Amino acid sequence: MVAFAIRSQKTMADFTLQVNGREKTVSVSPETPLLWVLRDTLALTGTKFGCGAGLCGACTVHLDGQAIRSCSTPVSQVGGKSITTIEGLGARDGHVLQEAWIAEEVPQCGYCQTGQIMSAAALLAKTPNPTDEQITQAMNGNLCRCGTYERIRKAIHRAARTNSGGAQ
Amino acid sequence: MSPLSRREFLAAGVAAGTGLVIGFYLPHGERGQKAFSPNAYLRITPDNKVTIVVARSEMGQGVRTALPMILAEELEADWKQIEIEQAGASTLYGDQTTGGSASVRTTWDPMRKAGAAAREMLISAAALTWAVPRSGCMAQNGSIVHAASKRRLSYGELVAKASTLPIPTDVTLKQSKDYKIVGQRLPRVDTPAKVKGEAEFGIDFRLPEMKYAVLSRCPTIGGKVASFDDKDSRKVSGVSFAGKISDAAIAVVADSVWGAMEGRRLLNVNWDEGPNKDLNTATVIESLKQAASKKRASLYAVGDVEKTAGRRISAEYQLPFMAHAPMEPGNCAAHFLGTSCELWAPTQVPQDCRDSVAQAVGLDPDRVKVNVTLMGGGFGRRLEHDYAVEAALVSKAIGGPVKVIWTREDDMRFSTYRPASLHRVSAVLDGSGWPVAFRHRIVAPSISGQKGQPGPNGIDPDLPDEAAFVYGVPNVSLEYVLAETPVPLGWMRSVYALQVAFASESFIDELAAEAKKDPLEYRLHMLAPNNKDQDIQYFATTWRTARMRGVLQLAADKAGWSKPMPPGHYRGIACFGCFSSYVAEVVEITMENDAPRVHRVVVAVDCGQVVNPTVLEQQIQGAVVYALTNALRAKITIEKGRVVQGNFDDYAPVRMSESPIVEAYAVPSSEAPTGIGEPPVPPLAPALCSAIYSATKKRIRALPILS
Repeated sequence: MVAFAIRSQKTMADFTLQVNGREKTVSVSPETPLLWVLRDTLALTGTKFGCGAGLCGACTVHLDGQAIRSCSTPVSQVGGKSITTIEGLGARDGHVLQEAWIAEEVPQCGYCQTGQIMSAAALLAKTPNPTDEQITQAMNGNLCRCGTYERIRKAIHRAARTNSGGAQ
Repeated sequence: MSPLSRREFLAAGVAAGTGLVIGFYLPHGERGQKAFSPNAYLRITPDNKVTIVVARSEMGQGVRTALPMILAEELEADWKQIEIEQAGASTLYGDQTTGGSASVRTTWDPMRKAGAAAREMLISAAALTWAVPRSGCMAQNGSIVHAASKRRLSYGELVAKASTLPIPTDVTLKQSKDYKIVGQRLPRVDTPAKVKGEAEFGIDFRLPEMKYAVLSRCPTIGGKVASFDDKDSRKVSGVSFAGKISDAAIAVVADSVWGAMEGRRLLNVNWDEGPNKDLNTATVIESLKQAASKKRASLYAVGDVEKTAGRRISAEYQLPFMAHAPMEPGNCAAHFLGTSCELWAPTQVPQDCRDSVAQAVGLDPDRVKVNVTLMGGGFGRRLEHDYAVEAALVSKAIGGPVKVIWTREDDMRFSTYRPASLHRVSAVLDGSGWPVAFRHRIVAPSISGQKGQPGPNGIDPDLPDEAAFVYGVPNVSLEYVLAETPVPLGWMRSVYALQVAFASESFIDELAAEAKKDPLEYRLHMLAPNNKDQDIQYFATTWRTARMRGVLQLAADKAGWSKPMPPGHYRGIACFGCFSSYVAEVVEITMENDAPRVHRVVVAVDCGQVVNPTVLEQQIQGAVVYALTNALRAKITIEKGRVVQGNFDDYAPVRMSESPIVEAYAVPSSEAPTGIGEPPVPPLAPALCSAIYSATKKRIRALPILS
C-alpha cells in the first residue's frame, strides 16, 4: 500500500480555481473532469453527472460566462477562468430564472434542471429577449427525460420579460 | 417488483385503509415534544407542525405533493403548516413499491382515512376541552372552531388531549364537492430545492469517509469473470480496492468517482463470455417469430373468433427492446456495519432493496435500513434492486461506507429492457367494414416470468393491467405466447401497454382506412355498436366504453378534428385504457425529409378525481415526450451477446427541437382516482403512425419509426 501511495502522488497536482467568486485550491490528477472536482472535492453537488460525454448537459456550468460541459472539461484546462455553478448563480441571472422555473412548474424529477438553468442563464446574458428559435438552439444540448422542454421554453420567456421589466 | 408483491401491494393498500388501529406510532423521537400520531402517516406536534409521511418514492411524478394533499384535505389542515417526510423501507405502509401508476390510486383510501380519523379525534379533543357537544365543533384550516362561542384551538394546542382518545375505526369521508385542497393547483413542494441545486438525489448523498465504487461487469449477457489483473488500476491515485463482488462483477473503489472510473478503465479482465456470446437481435426476432405459432394461452375471450364469418384481414407488428435511461444513472450508498447495514437508495422498491440486501450480505431484513432519496427519474428502472445489492456487497468487502455509481454506459448496457415483441392481429369485417371479430396474439417474453414469478399459464401477470381491449366487438380473442429470452427484462413506463396499444390501435387505424371511414368515427362506433355502451370486465377492471368515447370525443374536440388541417399538416388519433385510466391522443405532424415532425399532441384523459391538475399535466406532457422517444428512436440491439448502445448519441432521446406542444385535458370526474404516470404513453405511437399514414399512405408496423 505504501508503494501505491508514493506512485499515486506523482499523478496529483494542485490547481487553484475561481469557483463562484472564491479561490479554491484542489489537489487532483490533471485529467480529472471539472465535474468531479466540483462534486467530489468541493461538494458542489448541484452540478449533475448524466452522460460523461458532453451529450446531455446535466453538468453545465459557466466558464467566464460561457456554458460548458464540466464532464468533458479536464480541470487542467480551466486555469484562472471564473467558474460559476448553480450554487453561485447571481441574483440577476439566477434568481429570476429560478423564480420563472417555479412559476412555470418546470421540474419533474429535477435532475437535469440545474444544467438547464445554467444553459438558460448563459443564453439570457447574451440574448436578453430570445426568440423560440434562439431558445431551441441554446437549449438543445440539454436533455430532459421527464419531457419538460415546453415549460423550460415558457420559463425562459418569462425570465426575459422580468429582466426587461415587462409584465408577468 | 414481483407480481406477488404487486398483488400484495393492492391488498395491503386496502388493509392499510382500515389500519387506523395500528396504534400510536412514535418512531422519530419526539424532539422534546409529545406528538399526536394516530397513524403512521401523520404526526402533529404541540408547536402546530403537521408532518405527513410519504410512503412512495419521488421520482418526478409529484407524490411528495399529491399524496399529502389527499391526507391534508380530510384533516382540514392548513396546507402552509404541512411538512413532508419521506418514509424509508418500513413494515407500516404495506407494499411501498412505486410503480404501476398506483401511488395515488392505492393510497387514496388510506391517506383519506388517516386524515379523517385524526380530524375526528381533534374535534373530540376540542369538544372535551370546551365541554360542549361535538356537533357544535368543526375542523377548519388547521383549527377546531366552536361557532357558537367563536372559540378556536389550533391542532397543535389539541395534541395532548387528542393523543388520549380512542382512534375511530369508521369515519365519514368528505364529498368531492367540499374539497378545498384536492383538485387545486398547489405548487409542488419539491420545486424550490430542485431549481437551486439543493435537492439531494441519491448520487448527491455522502457520508464521512465515504469511498466511491464503479463496477466492471461482464459485457456479455450471462457471462462471468474468468480472471483479472488490477496492477494498473491500483496505480491510479486514490484507488484503494479492486475485487470481485459477484461472479460477474469486479468493484474498483477509490476516494473519488473519477479515480474509481480510471481504476476500472485500467483493469484487465478476462471474461468467461458464457452461453449467450453469439446472441444477436436477429436471433431474438427469429425466436419471436418461431414462438408465434407455438401453444398460446388465452388472455381474454368473448364469443367465437374462429367461427365468425366475413372478410378476414390481418397484420403483424414488431417492437424492439428499449431502455429506460433516466437522467440520474444508477447509484446507491451503503454502510455495512457487521451486524447491520444502512442504505441511501434512489429506489422505487425500498422493501425489495432491504430484503435483497439482507440476503446478499447475510443479515436479517430488520437489520437493514433503507433510506429513500430523491430520484433523477425512474421510469421503472429503479424497480430493480441491483444497485443496492452492489453497494452493500462493496461496503461489506471494504469494511466502510461506499457509494456505487453507474456510468451512462453502465446504465445503458446493464439495464433491464422493455421486452421486444411480435403481434399478429386480425379481424373479421362485416359488409359495412365494421369488425365483428378481433384477434390479437401477443408474442413476448415475460418480465415477471424471467424474474421467477410466472403467472398462470405463463401469462405475464402484468397483462391484466396493460392489455385490455375496450371495444364492444362481439367476438374477441386476446392471446399470449411466451417467448423466452436471456436478455434481461424490466418494467418500463407503461410496460406491455405500449406494445399492445401500438399493435392494436395501429390495426384499428388500418381497419378504418380499409372501410374508408374516419378513424375517430370508426372507434366511436366500435366502442358502442348501435349506440349501446358496454361495461367490459377485463380481469379486475370494469372498462366502460362510455368513458373511452368520452376521452376520444374530448381529444377530438380540443384538436379541432372536424376542421381541415393546414396544407402539409396531417393528424392521427388513437386511444387506450390501462392502469384503470382512459386516454385518447390526437397527434399533428408535418413530414420533413421523410421523417415526421410532431407539432402538437392533444391528450384527453379520464383518470377519475384529479388531485393536482398541475402535476397531472406534467405527467401527461412527460409521458408524451417519453413516448415520442420510444416511437421515433428507442431501440436496444444485441450483438455477440452484448448491448450495442452506450450513451445518448446512439440511444438518442427527444430534445427540445423535437418536442411538441402537448395540450392536456381531463374529463371532470369524482370517481376514485386511477393511474396517470403511464396511461398517456401507449396511444402516442399508434396516433403518430396514423398521422404518418395520412401523410404518406405508408404503414409503419415496426418501431422505432426512424430505424
